Amino acid sequence: MSISQTSGDAIPNGSGAAAILAAGIGSGALGVFALTNDAFPAMNHFFTFYTPTGGLSGVTTCAIIVWLVAWFILARRWSGQTVAMAKVNLAAFVLLAVGMLLTFPPVMDLIQGR
Amino acid sequence: MEISFRDLMTVLHGMGFGALFMLAFSGAIAELYRMSAPGAPGQASAREQSLLRLYLGAMVILAWAAVISGAYLVYPWYRAVPPAGTADLAEFPKFLLTSSPHTSGWHSLGMEWKEHVAWLAPIAMTMVAYVFAKYGPAITKHRQMRSAVLAFAVVAFVATGVAGAFGAFLNKYAPVRGGPTITIMNISEHEG
Repeated sequence: MSISQTSGDAIPNGSGAAAILAAGIGSGALGVFALTNDAFPAMNHFFTFYTPTGGLSGVTTCAIIVWLVAWFILARRWSGQTVAMAKVNLAAFVLLAVGMLLTFPPVMDLIQGR
Repeated sequence: MEISFRDLMTVLHGMGFGALFMLAFSGAIAELYRMSAPGAPGQASAREQSLLRLYLGAMVILAWAAVISGAYLVYPWYRAVPPAGTADLAEFPKFLLTSSPHTSGWHSLGMEWKEHVAWLAPIAMTMVAYVFAKYGPAITKHRQMRSAVLAFAVVAFVATGVAGAFGAFLNKYAPVRGGPTITIMNISEHEG
């Protein structure tokens, strides 16, 4: 991701870009964790943080942690910077699409060969 | 007029948080678009910007309240395992649905999709609210950032729509019931 210190904009886009990409990362993580929870009994066991809710508790908690950690790291790196927003958007949209697809049960089943 | 505790919590989750969040979308998307569209007529006043920040902040709270109450209050009742030999599955919605091939899809597609996709909404809306709070109408100077914010807001709307629609259908075919009965008011029946 190309980064420059100067910008023609009043406010550098780094903080916004960090939030957008982190939201994409969190969404993608949600999809990947949901799939692994569904596909592997060992992962389902790992993700069961709260027994009454089952694997969903760990899937969502881990996705939220990944999202917030990614946001924290990106915000620290990009604060006050201007980044290539087109690349950030592309990455965020791809990750969002991954999140949406992998939370759709027919896609989950297709990947698992069910 | 009575309602069971579980029914009440399900209504709070679905109508109190989820539906209110859903209803708020049309206003949020229209206002975000209006305030951030290039060549928007006139600059939004400081009061209008503060109100939109407050509005988006309230949406974020509603979104998180909806998914957390769903996952940790209602879902455990939905997926409760009946004791061996239980014939009446009315208080075990997941098992009631999966006991028949005519209704099992409501669980295997509806609930399995709903329980995950709903979480995209609070993540996306938190980002949308943060970016607007940070940039306000100055987001017009960042065309691509504006596009991303609006796209994530639309995805959050779709995710909430999926979760809400399946929630309504699931509650129709296998309602979450049980727990203590709460009397809302005493109304005597009048004939004629």
